[in-house]
Amino acid sequence: MKFGIGQPVGRLEDRRFVTGRGRFLDDLRIDGALHLAVVRSPVAHARIRSVDVTAAEAVEGVVAVVTAERMDPEGRMHIPCLVPLKNRDGSRRADPPRPVLARDRVRHAGEAVAFVVAESRAAAEAAAEAVAVDWEELPAVVDPARADAAAVTLHEAAPRNVAFDWHFGDEAAVAEAFARAAHVTRLELVNNRVVPCAMEPRACLAHPEEGTGRLVVWVPSQGVWLHRQLLARLLGLPEARIRVRTPDVGGGFGMKIFVYPEYVMVAWAAHTLGRPVRWTAGRGESFLADTHGRGHVTVAELAFDADARMLAYRVRVRADMGAYLSNYAPFIPTLAALKVLTGVYRIPAVSYGVLGVFTNTQPVDAYRGAGRPESIYALERLVDVAARELGLPPEELRRRNMIAPEEMPYRTAAGETYDSGEFVRLMEACMTRADWAGAAARREEARRRGRLRGIGMAYYIEATMGDAEERARVRFLEDGTVEVAVGTQSTGQGHETAYAQILAERLGVPPERVRVVQGDTDVMEEGGGTGGSRSLTAEGTALLEAAARVIEKGRLAAAHHFEAAVDDVVFADGVFRVRGTDREIALLELARLVASWRERPAGLESGLDADAEITLSAYSYPNGCHIAEVEVDPETGTVDLVRYTVVDDFGVVLNPLLVAGQVHGGIAQGVGQALLEHAVFDPDWGQLLTGSFADYALPRADRLPFVDFSYIEIPCRHNPLGVKGCGEAGSIGAPPAVVNAVMDALAPLGIRHLDMPLTPARVRAAVAAAGG
Amino acid sequence: MPRVVMRVNGKEVSGEVEPRTLLVEFLREHLGLTGTHVGCDTSQCGCCVVHLDGRSVKSCTVLAVQCEGAEVLTIEGLARNGELHPIQRAFHECHGLQCGFCTPGMIMSALELLQRHPAPTEPQVRAWLEGNLCRCTGYHNIVRAILQAAEEMRQAPRPAA
Amino acid sequence: MYAFEYHRPASVAEAVRLLREKPEAKLLAGGHTLIPTLKQRLAQPSDLVDLGGIAELRGIREEGGALVIGAATPHGEVETSDLVRRTIPALAHLAGEIGDPQVRNRGTIGGSIANNDPAADWPAAVLGLGATVRTDRREIAADDFFTGMFETALEADEIVTAVVFPRPRRAAYAKFPNPASRYAMVGVFVAETDGGVRVAVTGAAPCVFRLTALERALAANFAPEAVDGVTVDASELNSDIHASADYRAHLVKVMAKRAIASALG
Repeated sequence: MKFGIGQPVGRLEDRRFVTGRGRFLDDLRIDGALHLAVVRSPVAHARIRSVDVTAAEAVEGVVAVVTAERMDPEGRMHIPCLVPLKNRDGSRRADPPRPVLARDRVRHAGEAVAFVVAESRAAAEAAAEAVAVDWEELPAVVDPARADAAAVTLHEAAPRNVAFDWHFGDEAAVAEAFARAAHVTRLELVNNRVVPCAMEPRACLAHPEEGTGRLVVWVPSQGVWLHRQLLARLLGLPEARIRVRTPDVGGGFGMKIFVYPEYVMVAWAAHTLGRPVRWTAGRGESFLADTHGRGHVTVAELAFDADARMLAYRVRVRADMGAYLSNYAPFIPTLAALKVLTGVYRIPAVSYGVLGVFTNTQPVDAYRGAGRPESIYALERLVDVAARELGLPPEELRRRNMIAPEEMPYRTAAGETYDSGEFVRLMEACMTRADWAGAAARREEARRRGRLRGIGMAYYIEATMGDAEERARVRFLEDGTVEVAVGTQSTGQGHETAYAQILAERLGVPPERVRVVQGDTDVMEEGGGTGGSRSLTAEGTALLEAAARVIEKGRLAAAHHFEAAVDDVVFADGVFRVRGTDREIALLELARLVASWRERPAGLESGLDADAEITLSAYSYPNGCHIAEVEVDPETGTVDLVRYTVVDDFGVVLNPLLVAGQVHGGIAQGVGQALLEHAVFDPDWGQLLTGSFADYALPRADRLPFVDFSYIEIPCRHNPLGVKGCGEAGSIGAPPAVVNAVMDALAPLGIRHLDMPLTPARVRAAVAAAGG
Repeated sequence: MPRVVMRVNGKEVSGEVEPRTLLVEFLREHLGLTGTHVGCDTSQCGCCVVHLDGRSVKSCTVLAVQCEGAEVLTIEGLARNGELHPIQRAFHECHGLQCGFCTPGMIMSALELLQRHPAPTEPQVRAWLEGNLCRCTGYHNIVRAILQAAEEMRQAPRPAA
Repeated sequence: MYAFEYHRPASVAEAVRLLREKPEAKLLAGGHTLIPTLKQRLAQPSDLVDLGGIAELRGIREEGGALVIGAATPHGEVETSDLVRRTIPALAHLAGEIGDPQVRNRGTIGGSIANNDPAADWPAAVLGLGATVRTDRREIAADDFFTGMFETALEADEIVTAVVFPRPRRAAYAKFPNPASRYAMVGVFVAETDGGVRVAVTGAAPCVFRLTALERALAANFAPEAVDGVTVDASELNSDIHASADYRAHLVKVMAKRAIASALG
């Protein structure tokens, strides 16, 4: 089947995007919309002595200037963190309030202290500039490694700036294993803080709905339901009074999951003023007001026996939470990271401790991979360093410790049960494609050109599911369209195509008849949204279930129509047939027919339309091998990525084209983190020094090679499609692969480890220190 | 307010604009041509690339009043009679876009590259894209799409846009 | 952006008159520094005087053996000009290293040198070749033109009309770009001219400067090895999140070597 599962189908959504007819949030037009501009703190930490709005109110075109006092006189509008987490002593994590507008204190540069609503964007910006705030600046703490020992405290509710002190594992067993270990490898490393940088900046548009008076709030989200829930809570409205919608979204990467202060401001202003209100972030605002990602300072230790088999793993992380706990922030470095703490290896005992700390910086939350890249980075770096110390090739140390296929299902010391995976096979396949064996000759050839060449691998595993529940609803419309409502939200992945593929195959309908609808709380009352590479595993399963129900109903209807027994009706290739006769009817025709019946048999009251609600039983565990090859210019420190090979196991691949795209993009983000990207703050005053694309380096086309991507399909046993999530994988495997390659290049100089990003300055400094 | 007259996608348009109005604002707000996007404020991302008198420019860094009498081509003007331009088609066929936000700027940038260099090499394509950021694709399929479009355009040249 | 009045004069004389009438006016050339600055509300000119409508400011020609580039000529035209490639190919190369294709389609040489950004590329070529800056009223030698960070010898109402580049025996530019902005973190322009060897460094210090110690060394031996004996004083150089002064000092030597090697072909 040309459009079925496994086919590299071109995307149905492309045409609107390549012709400029995509509809992103800032493209929506509502007559008479007011513009909102945010007054942001220019300092990272300060007491607010006073806010004077007189001059701002005098600006022509200004409708309202709103401070915390005005919007929230009782001080109750706080954006909640939704993750419960217990400290190692059993107490609950700190829960300091995160106000929509700062009242008496700001805790990061860019924090909102007021906003202006005006007839034009220019007037709003001019008035925002005219708001006079009297600051009493305080020292800032920006380094998570020192936050709990800093003289400054951000929140009364969080002594020593500790958000949580969490631990998992058996410390005693780990200590015992380390005591009898033949070798211990220890590494301190930083997982650099990065900025997600979706190309579409965040925006919001809210307006009263004609007729109903409900508040409609448009946000560029990864799922509308969280926004409805929290906006209702903060505005004090019943959820039924708020409709949240999401149009085309220009990239999310986790960052667009969350409810941000600006959305509350826009919704509140539209609700209070009874007029449409809009806000669109500039890029500078995005850097200051979007959540950031990663930001870990880690000490990792791995104990080996005399045969280089792993005995125990101890990891201590200081995780930067930023100034406030974003919606899911504490989950990321703890429970999310834990899932793949032990990677693909047999490690009998673990001890994993995370100290979440507050700093005077933007809140940190999920960013593509969310905790899993941090775990895999630490482990895969450690394995490479250990291999060098043990005098083993890195692939041999991995091979010796990888969980074997016959051990599946395998329960890890981190508490996960891997269902499937053939790690050694994929690693060897990747080594072959990357010509691992020829690397030594290439290194020598490069040396003659004055370049240091290195090769490095990383084997990642991921755990994907997120919310286990998902829904789908199939409707047969009068015009012959099959409308599919989903609980996920595409931010560029190509869901419209992927879901149409599933339905086209299962129902035998032409794909162009399938229309996926998403991003509207009126269309679906609940949904899990998109995040954690869950969409295909969860929504795909729900679609299968919905399709199965449609077919069951169709058999019932066909039996009724042909006056045959239900058991005699079979369905194949989009057609219902009565066994042993020539009677048959196509699905879409049958749907039309049933819709025209005045009286419908029991079970067909809603025609062939079907709803499905599923709950996945367990995670899927995509995994794979990344091999990077780099050349270092020792004179300048420049690292060129010259070759990249990846072999993935995503279970059954629905659409190889879309999967490859996800892998390419994830790798680029991972390479960016490894070589270029870094959110840098002024160490004393907390200003974000990389607050624009002129200082924050994103990967460009000329810094990346083509990626040699291939896959081996080892079906997942935890969902009926057999699929494993592929969205985040690239960003997990790439950082350790690239860093391992650079360290391989620098190994002859005696350099053991450098932290990301491996900028020319950092690499050159290390080369110079090594006498190169 | 000054009145500005220009040709956009082959049609004469005019509007009263404040001098500080950027070309991209004129296109989006006055003409409703929202295919040209704004992804940054420092002229780096390239989401706003359009053609101005046959050259690709960042429409966020040109004032509308500077375009008096000029010829502007935006992403909306590239397909003809519903038929996609070979670059648009190649982006689709090669999966050269994901979220689609950078895509119009990418395509308009690639258009000038292929007008100037009908047979670019891979490094030339990569170097040309210096002014266009994409966060989704890793550029892999964008580069492939541009190379494929170049090939197609060489085989079946289209009258100049 | 703050509001301003917009003017599009047809001649240099008219532009000068406007500058005199409006003391808070600013010249708009390619706009690729000014417009982003305005967007961030970091400048508030009363008027913008657009030089884009003045035909006499644009174009590349030979004049008595020298190469004359009109102030409003975009970098992209220099990059692709056959005349430039034939006469001073290092200039075409340098122009092609500026920004990205869209920036090169708009940004101009006159705008670049009048702004004198410490990390801009053109100042290195102008100083490195010992060019002459022509204005509406005089000619200024490169050595006198760049006076400090974002500062030049230009008077408030003075307009650059062209840059006159003498033809060197050989010349080359080597640039180490900032990974984010792609401005020069260090750029070194090396030229062997009739008046001697000149080496100009951009990106490294608050203002483009000549590396006279290297010029002397190269006068004796125009070869990459000449760089080895030269010390670059890091104490005068910039330090920022992308590069320390020491790293910049090191890069000056590396880029100088590469420029020399490239000039030697």
